[in-house]
Amino acid sequence: MSRTPFHLGVALDGAGWHPAAWRDATARPEALFDHDYWVSLVVEAQAAGIDLVTIEDSFGLQTSGYGPFELRGDEVRGRLDALLLANTIAAQVPGIGIVPTVTTTHTEPFHTATGIQTLDHVSEGWAGWRVQVSGRSHEAAHVGRREIPVLDPARAASGTDEQQTALIRSLFGEAADAIEVARRLWDSWEDDAVIRDVPTGRFIDRDRLHYVDFEGENFSVKGPSIVPRSPQGQPVVFVLAHQTVPYELAVAQADIVGITPHSDEHLEQILGELGDAELTVERRAPEALRVWTEAVVLIEETHESAVAALAALDDLHGSPYASDAVILADTAENVAAQLLRWQQAGITGVRLRPARLPLDLERITRDVVPVLAETGVLERPASASSLRERLELARPSNRYAAELIESAHR
Amino acid sequence: MSTQKPAKQIHLAAHFPGVNNTTVWSDERSRSQIAFSSFRHFAQNAERGKFDFLFLAEGLRLRETRGLIHDLDVVGRPNTLAILAALAGVTSHIGLVGTLSSTFNEPYELARQLSTLDHLSRGRAGWNIVTTSDAFHGANFRRGQFLDLADRYSRAQEFFDVSSQLWDSWADDAIVADTESGEFVRTSGLGLVDHHGPQFDVTGYATLPPSPQRHPVIVQAGDSPDGRDFATSSADVIFSRHADYEAGRAFYDDVKGRLDAVGRPRDSLKILPAATFILGDTHAEARERSREISRLQVSPQTAISFLEQVWNTDLSSYDVEGPLPSIDPVVTAEGGAKGRAHVHTDPIATANAWREQAAASGWSIRELVISFAAKHTFVGTPVEVAETINRHVQEDASDGFVIVGNTNPTGLDEFVDRVIPELQERGVYRTDYDENATLHETLGLPPVPSRSTAALASA
Repeated sequence: MSRTPFHLGVALDGAGWHPAAWRDATARPEALFDHDYWVSLVVEAQAAGIDLVTIEDSFGLQTSGYGPFELRGDEVRGRLDALLLANTIAAQVPGIGIVPTVTTTHTEPFHTATGIQTLDHVSEGWAGWRVQVSGRSHEAAHVGRREIPVLDPARAASGTDEQQTALIRSLFGEAADAIEVARRLWDSWEDDAVIRDVPTGRFIDRDRLHYVDFEGENFSVKGPSIVPRSPQGQPVVFVLAHQTVPYELAVAQADIVGITPHSDEHLEQILGELGDAELTVERRAPEALRVWTEAVVLIEETHESAVAALAALDDLHGSPYASDAVILADTAENVAAQLLRWQQAGITGVRLRPARLPLDLERITRDVVPVLAETGVLERPASASSLRERLELARPSNRYAAELIESAHR
Repeated sequence: MSTQKPAKQIHLAAHFPGVNNTTVWSDERSRSQIAFSSFRHFAQNAERGKFDFLFLAEGLRLRETRGLIHDLDVVGRPNTLAILAALAGVTSHIGLVGTLSSTFNEPYELARQLSTLDHLSRGRAGWNIVTTSDAFHGANFRRGQFLDLADRYSRAQEFFDVSSQLWDSWADDAIVADTESGEFVRTSGLGLVDHHGPQFDVTGYATLPPSPQRHPVIVQAGDSPDGRDFATSSADVIFSRHADYEAGRAFYDDVKGRLDAVGRPRDSLKILPAATFILGDTHAEARERSREISRLQVSPQTAISFLEQVWNTDLSSYDVEGPLPSIDPVVTAEGGAKGRAHVHTDPIATANAWREQAAASGWSIRELVISFAAKHTFVGTPVEVAETINRHVQEDASDGFVIVGNTNPTGLDEFVDRVIPELQERGVYRTDYDENATLHETLGLPPVPSRSTAALASA
């Protein structure tokens, strides 16, 4: 077995990813707006050595698909702000990556960057950011700054509808700018900027603080950050991507890209497309891109009982659950076997989406993790003190400090 | 002196030490301004002292003096909402109040974040609404441009109105979560918000069921007539500048009179002036400590910097223990200081006034600056400080105070150890929180009738 690291992420959302999961006997639908529920999920993940959890979010009430907004009463509706929830959890659960989803479309890049940076201080080095764009028409109406037509991802991807393609390009272009601004702000204080020099009366050496002077199509940000550089320097940026434009965003700016292969051939095709993007886009993130796969998981004792449990949920919901990611309704052993196949294909991690929470999280931590651990793929650097260390990503040096050193040697 | 009325209960807030000269960083007890351990210590100490709430200011841009980042005071602070959410996880009773600008936020997002904070803290969220109007801060935000001064409060009011519509749009019983029937949310219990005004166009459903308080406690800090009007109509707490007894009585009288005029109960708006304190075992010792600390709060470089903000020119060659400069300030449209609450609008007049005052009192540059930049509200023994605070409250100069310590994060430890017990002994301050009390309840604000605009299931 190769020593390629293989990392485990768990994607937390409501009562689980299946729209009928909240009706499972073990679900806690009444607790979804209470922080104890979320803390208990992350404690469970942390104790099993899961590397990170992500927290889903959107800029409005949940709706299925990208079509016109539909108010449904039979699915979980209502969601806590993920960035705030992440900070509450981080103050209580040490030693696990906490990666909230924050959209770049309607938010202020300055607030997002400082919020994630604060999360890195609160968690003492375990913050990440799952970057998302909002292409939903009804979410644009929450701000009233611009109109977004109803998006049809299939038509946009096919490239046959110029307007849709342009919309996708502009949303992801704005996301690239927002990440660029965040990365600059995260570097805008050098690590040793606070000097507390009593003789000169100076708290900081202001030469070690830097304006970021970003000017883009949608916003300009002067800087520096209000927040001193955080323990990781650069929190970990995660981008979920399904097509060319988001692949390009990931290649340019992400630390980890989540992809959604449905078969071995599909995986090869996606890796090929990511390779193509690497030829056309300049990488701005500090280290090589990590590629993770994604899967919805529903785990039971036998393959048959897992399939039956999924069918029962589908029945409750009235239609089969469709996902952008592959749905693995199976035994823990078979789920682990699929993850190992991905690992052998060079994939460095997986973000598992439990179909039912807390049930399938517990099946991951108690049944899947031990199977993987036996193979050695979960070996980690001893006593990692940050998410970057855990993922074996170096702590980036500060771009502004590096520029100064370069110019001094010129 | 006897009175029929029971003693008023004192309300106290704990202000996290700010990024200005009054926070002493050269003291050995001063710790990181950003490490979470500092915030946790600060919050848990305030909760030990049974404070009503803790209070955080907001950073939108680092302050500058004459075009350079100001380096003499503590610099750097967390994102306000993020750190309050973190503190919700390590406290149980104390209110969590943050300063958040109505100029550089959008109501849909901020209303949701405040609702989230109220859920996460089980009813302890508060919002100090501030208006910001300068392009200096705008340079970090999408809006960018200058917001006309006249529009500041109309934007704040409209921002608050839209936020209220969002907070009120879900019925109390909208979440059903009935696993048998398969109804998670009763859709008729969700009202569509559809607001179109001069500042905002917001159409859609709010993303959260009502939080324990539904609305966060609203704090207002502006002192202008517009600010007082806003407080009279919409706030629960005024964070005032009038800690002085006489000024406090006048302000209290004015604001409570405005409440009478609109038919709001007097106890529905608490007035809490900002206050500092210095303790000693004897009064003389407290006075001596006050003098020492004021010199730490105004270092020689800080004294010069205060002058340079008015003179708008390099004064570093002046001796701070000597007289004020006789030259006149350099007047430019830009001015000297950026990103501060108070900016000098007429530098020549300020310079003249300072020179006269210093000459009349025989003050050096440093002593003059100390007189306005390092004043201590309450100086004395714990008993003296407790009695003074109690007198202000019982005699209607305030309903309590927002207390600021001078070191981070331990500045209030001593207050909790020594002053709080004195207040408790006098029966004017809680000895414990009420079980499961919301911030609204802790502050003793009268109950509000249900604000929901959506239909109940039974209706």
